[in-house]
Amino acid sequence: MNYVKLTLLGCVTLIAALGANWAHDLSYQVHAFLIMLVSAYLFLQVLRQTDEVASPAAPMDEYSDGVIRAGVIATAFWGIAGFLVGTFIAFQLAFPVLNFEWAQPFANFGRLRPLHTSAVIFAFGGNALICTSFYVVQRTSGVRLWGGKTAWFVFWGYQLFIVLAATGYLLGSTQSKEYAEPEWYVDIWLTIVWLAYLAVFLGTIVRRREKHIYVANWFYLAFIITVAMLHVVNNLSIPVSFWGSKSVQVFAGVQDAMTQWWYGHNAVGFFLTAGFLGMMYYFVPKQAERPVYSYKLSIIHFWALIFLYIWAGPHHLHYTALPDWAATLGMVFSIVLWMPSWGGMINGLMTLQGAWDKLRTDPIMRMFVLSLGFYGMSTFEGPMMSIRAVNSLSHYTDWTIGHVHSGALGWNGMITFACLYFLTPRLWGQKEMHSMRAISWHFWLATLGIVLYASSMWVSGIMEGLMWREVDDQGFLVNAFADTVSAKFPMYVVRGLGGVMFLSGALIMVWNIWMTIRAGKPVTTATPARYAVAAE
Amino acid sequence: MTKNVTENKPVKGKNIDETTGVETTGHSWDGITELNNPLPRWWLWTLYACIVWAVGYTIFYPAWPMISGATSGTLGWSTRGAVAQDIADHEAKNAQLVADLVAADLPTLAPGDPLHRYAVARGGAVFRANCSQCHGSGAAGALGYPNLLDDDWLWGGDVASIAMTIDHGIRNDTDPDARWSQMPAFGDILSKPEIASLVTYVISLSATVEDRAQAAEGAVLFSENCAACHSDDATGNRDMGAPNLTDAIWLYGGDTASLTQTITQARFGVMPAWGQRLSDVDVDAVAVYVHSLGGGEQAPE
Ligand code: HEC
Ligand code: HEC
Ligand code: HEM
Ligand code: HEM
Repeated sequence: MNYVKLTLLGCVTLIAALGANWAHDLSYQVHAFLIMLVSAYLFLQVLRQTDEVASPAAPMDEYSDGVIRAGVIATAFWGIAGFLVGTFIAFQLAFPVLNFEWAQPFANFGRLRPLHTSAVIFAFGGNALICTSFYVVQRTSGVRLWGGKTAWFVFWGYQLFIVLAATGYLLGSTQSKEYAEPEWYVDIWLTIVWLAYLAVFLGTIVRRREKHIYVANWFYLAFIITVAMLHVVNNLSIPVSFWGSKSVQVFAGVQDAMTQWWYGHNAVGFFLTAGFLGMMYYFVPKQAERPVYSYKLSIIHFWALIFLYIWAGPHHLHYTALPDWAATLGMVFSIVLWMPSWGGMINGLMTLQGAWDKLRTDPIMRMFVLSLGFYGMSTFEGPMMSIRAVNSLSHYTDWTIGHVHSGALGWNGMITFACLYFLTPRLWGQKEMHSMRAISWHFWLATLGIVLYASSMWVSGIMEGLMWREVDDQGFLVNAFADTVSAKFPMYVVRGLGGVMFLSGALIMVWNIWMTIRAGKPVTTATPARYAVAAE
Repeated sequence: MTKNVTENKPVKGKNIDETTGVETTGHSWDGITELNNPLPRWWLWTLYACIVWAVGYTIFYPAWPMISGATSGTLGWSTRGAVAQDIADHEAKNAQLVADLVAADLPTLAPGDPLHRYAVARGGAVFRANCSQCHGSGAAGALGYPNLLDDDWLWGGDVASIAMTIDHGIRNDTDPDARWSQMPAFGDILSKPEIASLVTYVISLSATVEDRAQAAEGAVLFSENCAACHSDDATGNRDMGAPNLTDAIWLYGGDTASLTQTITQARFGVMPAWGQRLSDVDVDAVAVYVHSLGGGEQAPE
């Protein structure tokens, strides 16, 4: 086995070295060099272990939590990175001089924006999803993760993907497809990592010792499978050269646009919604110490959600070259999606029945509840914005940006923070987080930040939408585009301040996590005794 | 390895959650149980209402893909049709005014005249969409792009000259009738000290300078090299688009560094020919609009 690994790693190192030598562009060169270093390092590691006595296999009756601890730290780290870049680009929009002359072309708005979106969605959100899913699937299946070290491969492989994607943007390689910017070789790598993720998750479910699969795992599984499919189809492209990063899309014109937004919307639907609902279904009942409100509701809204989301993509392409019929279908599916989305919110909030008093004493519970509130709000706003007439006002304006961030900061951000606060003490053997007051501070700073962000973007979005369409009594447009840009300035500043608050809250969290980890030490948890592997 | 599947089948009536008095399904995962609550009524009815509405909408509007094309909806509505209708309505409403404006002799349009008012409104809209990128949304200009609010004209400020400038553009290579002229790059012709004294002279035309002797040297060089275009008194020449250098209004900057660059390398401001992009009536309208901004001049007798 080790010889297979050595051959493989040797080949990769060699090809990467050639790539670094013959690269057509800077980003490919840097990446080839990076890959060469990583695979050479792994080669040496494997070599040193070869022909040694194999270390004893990890005990099967303990949960595999090391990779989850790493995930907690990675989530917090990438969160800070992503929020920092977000805050910076927010101020770049308000004060264009921040596109510093000396930092061109690497740190202009155009390159930092995808860095922000990928850092928050894929690095912060992705790590949160991977680490919580590993935690939840073990706990609710009563077994250790399947696949031994594969989980670590998923973790490190995913971090490598993030680094390749992020440096690629700064060095100027991009497919120009939103949320799918990384070029072909990075996409191929992610596909490999993702399939390994699917294998670990599915393998664990298959050998579960519970008769039924818990609802959180349905959501996680739907997320993993659908993202694999979306990622592969939307990234079908042909490299211009094996030694360069540029590639050409297989689809063209309106087909390409439709594929992109089928992908884009379902990235929202499965990455930012289904996966996070998986988190919700485990951690909310756990934190509230109450049963889930309704089993029936969870079944119905699960199937309705995954069936409907897939068709809603065209609402991103209203009033474009996309034929009217497709836009109509996207719109009506979005409207029908409203109640299935709210099913998750109801099930989460009503789980607090009999535990509402916790809201007064437990800041973590408050975070869960607020995140469900924002989830409900953005899934009401979304269907509304998908109505053609509303979209003709909101499209291309900051309203969309407000919608995105009330979902992203309020729902994804808040629930992730709460989960990190749940996990850290348990994984490092502490009773609770180092400081409960700090969690309260984080809660209020983040809430205020979101409120500033969302309300300033609603004001500026609706204002700019109205200004664009404002006509005088003879039917002529009243405003120049530049007028709308200058009118938005105060709102941009407020949004930036909102970002600063959200970021400060997250920094407090990092400090709190750090102090908790320092006080504790990694603990191993046994799988429930009654499942203990009988005479093997 | 044997599987110890947990045996906790739901037993009717046995698994009651104490706080709510509702039955649970009887399963438990890591201590999490599930209540057997029914679907909330209002939730279900709202879902049904959305579905009914959705089906109805797809009947009225283009929606279902068929073998050739898609259903077009009973209302016959389409996005393109709706826009075309809006444009047609707008044009029908203004058809008379447009015809009048095309036929009108622009210099005779008097402010207060409804046709003038229409031209200014229309021209303003054209300007904000096509011209503000360069000339600024208030038409106050920017470095290299002239201010159109003042009466300092490069190529002429009566409405016919303005219309001509807009129609054919300036120094572009797409319209053979574009306004054209080219100041030579004097870096190849004069020495650095000579250019320095020209700069001092040009500054002295609109401000006081300390080195009068140098300015006097510049004056001589000016009449030899520059007067042909900028005229003897340096007040410019509109046939050449040569700017007035005495009025302290600078297209490319009036400080020593900018002037040295202007004279050494010369400038070559380009504007597209709008007649190739806009309709005749839009060119006329925007000319009237620019003329009305404050610096418009009467047609020469
Ligand atoms: C790409 C930039 C650009 C755009 C767009 C543009 N202009 Fe210009 N315009 C110029 C430049 C540069 C000059 C000055 C050329 C020169 O140096 O002579 C100019 C000159 C003019 C002048 C002559 C001013 C004078 O003092 O004689 C008028 C009038 C004018 N523009 C009107 C317009 C109108 C009306 C539009 C929109 C339909 C427009 N411009 C769009 C660049 C532009
Ligand atoms: C062939 C004709 C010609 C000659 C000769 C000429 N100029 Fe010019 N000059 C122009 C034109 C045309 C412009 C406007 C260029 C533009 O708008 O892009 C101009 C622009 C300028 C400007 C810029 C004015 C501003 O508002 O920024 C200065 C200063 C100037 N000339 C100085 C000189 C001096 C000094 C000389 C003699 C050494 C000279 N010119 C010779 C045609 C001429
Ligand atoms: C400190 C917090 C944050 C700030 C200040 C911030 C700021 C910004 C800014 C300025 C933009 C560009 C908007 C534009 O182009 O007009 C943006 C885009 C975006 N951000 Fe954030 N952001 C933050 C956090 C997040 C988080 C946590 C997420 C997701 C989990 C997120 C997801 C996105 C997405 C998806 C876009 C692209 C939106 C679109 O194209 O419509 N952001 N953000
Ligand atoms: C029922 C649920 C939802 C529907 C129907 C919906 C609908 C919409 C619509 C109509 C747009 C605007 C498209 C445009 O005009 O360009 C949009 C944009 C967006 N929404 Fe939602 N939304 C929903 C939920 C969410 C949630 C929960 C999140 C995030 C957590 C989210 C994230 C986004 C993002 C990132 C965009 C910006 C896409 C882009 O242009 O880059 N949405 N959504």
